Amino acid sequence: MDAANRSEGPAIVPLRFSPLIGGFAGTSFRHEHLPAILAGGKQRGFFEVHAENYMGAGGPPHRALEALRRDHPLSLHGVCMSIGGPQPLDREHLARFRRLVDRYQPALVSEHLAWSTHETAYFNDLLPLPYTDATLERVCDHIDEVQNVIRRPILLENPSTYVAFRESTMSETDFIRGVAQRTGCGLLLDINNVFVSATNHGFSALQYLSAFPLSRVGQIHLAGHSWQTDDEDEPLLIDSHDCPVADPVWTLFETVIRRCGAIPTLIEWDSKVPDWPILKAEAAAAQAVLNRCHTIAPRAYRHAAA
Amino acid sequence: MPLLKQTSQSAYAAFAAGLIDPSRDTPSVVAGPNGKAVAKRYNVYRNNVTVSLIEALAAIYPAVQRITGVDFFRAMARSYIRATPPTSPLLFDYGREFPAFIEQYEHARPMPWLADTARIERAWLDVYHAADADPLSSDTLAAARPERMADLVFTAHPATRVVRSPFSVVTIFAVNRGADRAGRIDPSTPEDALITRPHLDVAVRHLPPGGAAFLTSLIAGHTLGEAAASALADFLSFDIASGIAGMIEAGAFVAVAIGDNDDH
Repeated sequence: MDAANRSEGPAIVPLRFSPLIGGFAGTSFRHEHLPAILAGGKQRGFFEVHAENYMGAGGPPHRALEALRRDHPLSLHGVCMSIGGPQPLDREHLARFRRLVDRYQPALVSEHLAWSTHETAYFNDLLPLPYTDATLERVCDHIDEVQNVIRRPILLENPSTYVAFRESTMSETDFIRGVAQRTGCGLLLDINNVFVSATNHGFSALQYLSAFPLSRVGQIHLAGHSWQTDDEDEPLLIDSHDCPVADPVWTLFETVIRRCGAIPTLIEWDSKVPDWPILKAEAAAAQAVLNRCHTIAPRAYRHAAA
Repeated sequence: MPLLKQTSQSAYAAFAAGLIDPSRDTPSVVAGPNGKAVAKRYNVYRNNVTVSLIEALAAIYPAVQRITGVDFFRAMARSYIRATPPTSPLLFDYGREFPAFIEQYEHARPMPWLADTARIERAWLDVYHAADADPLSSDTLAAARPERMADLVFTAHPATRVVRSPFSVVTIFAVNRGADRAGRIDPSTPEDALITRPHLDVAVRHLPPGGAAFLTSLIAGHTLGEAAASALADFLSFDIASGIAGMIEAGAFVAVAIGDNDDH
């Protein structure tokens, strides 16, 4: 490695793209794909990384992300802020998150409507929460805190779930609408999550989408799921991100894009990751849907962006 | 800020309690839709948590997994996770106590070198993620006045670690991280490792006798004279000149200065 390419402290990477990336499809970024990506020159799309993977002090992860960021817009996707949890946010973690936002100037920043930490234990999964007035207040407080610290709005992702809490008093879509209205955050609509949850809980994915505040959606996720069975031997879908996007999810995606215009769309593939050409082709399929649409969706939360 | 109602707090606690404890019943705070049962549904979360943490450990300790075999490793990792769940969302920091756990793990007793192999792997990942810095060049060191050599103190590179072992763990590590099929190794030769990352690539070196005492002393901030004495006490024939050349070549330090007991 040429010493001249290395920097002393955190490098501020200047924005090279307009943050408005409405017409683009992107993919999850894997280090093993970097040589193939760079060899292909500047791609039209964007790349998404899990924030936690870049919270180390230095080394190859940051070199790879700098190399990618030089020519491509980035989506920074937080996985373990535990926004949906009952306890205060981890301030140290939030500070690390802010440093990444400052350093890499992502076009999109997102987190999950979920929790992963209870007391001191970190469970490394996106766990479901009860939907009540009290948890709504708490989630809003957490999002206010995140947005104040990073000084920009985030996109909040709808979860995939396998169980429901008995004490829930409102629907997920009402809960999410309430959070977006109160905090001004945008939404990351994971259409695979909608399909997985709809199957698992026996509701209509289209009705969920009708009730979802689509005007606030700033990004879409598409991913593959796997099949298991529940206690009654009926299908239980698992949000596994380890295979191509399923046909019914593509159909729902086209419905949403026809209704909303072209929204930046990401192919999420985190496990059993294929070679770059396969992932790239999956993004091209999403890009083709976006290209058929002649309007780019206005970002509802854009007024809040600096 | 409104406090969460007691019910919600206990709902989270009930949900969390069974995630890594298989002896717990499915929590009664959750349900399936339309009166459906919830056991297999809740087990999806249990499985996600345990399997993802096992995979995190397998990613940190691939040589250990290769030595033990996958089934052995997963059983050992599962016991570790139940005893020591992560306390940070940064999974590359997880498993610091895993080498000590391996040392106590009954089924690993026939492999006494396994824990030190794990220590090298843990050090490897710490070095991989450590802060970047330009290593000390031999030119900078050559500029030091010869009569003050013994008073020099060095600043370790953030990505420098030393692991000492009474077993052949550098060889065991290298063979089990390589692509080749592992052959028989005599595990009983003591081997010390120096792990560095002067630029992009992590390097694991087998230190000569006395080398670990020498570097450990320098990393602790002792003078070159004191470090040389430590190295000679450890190994009488320690070659100081090649010890210095080796540490520069490995990029183990970033700066050098005349020590605090400087008297002019």
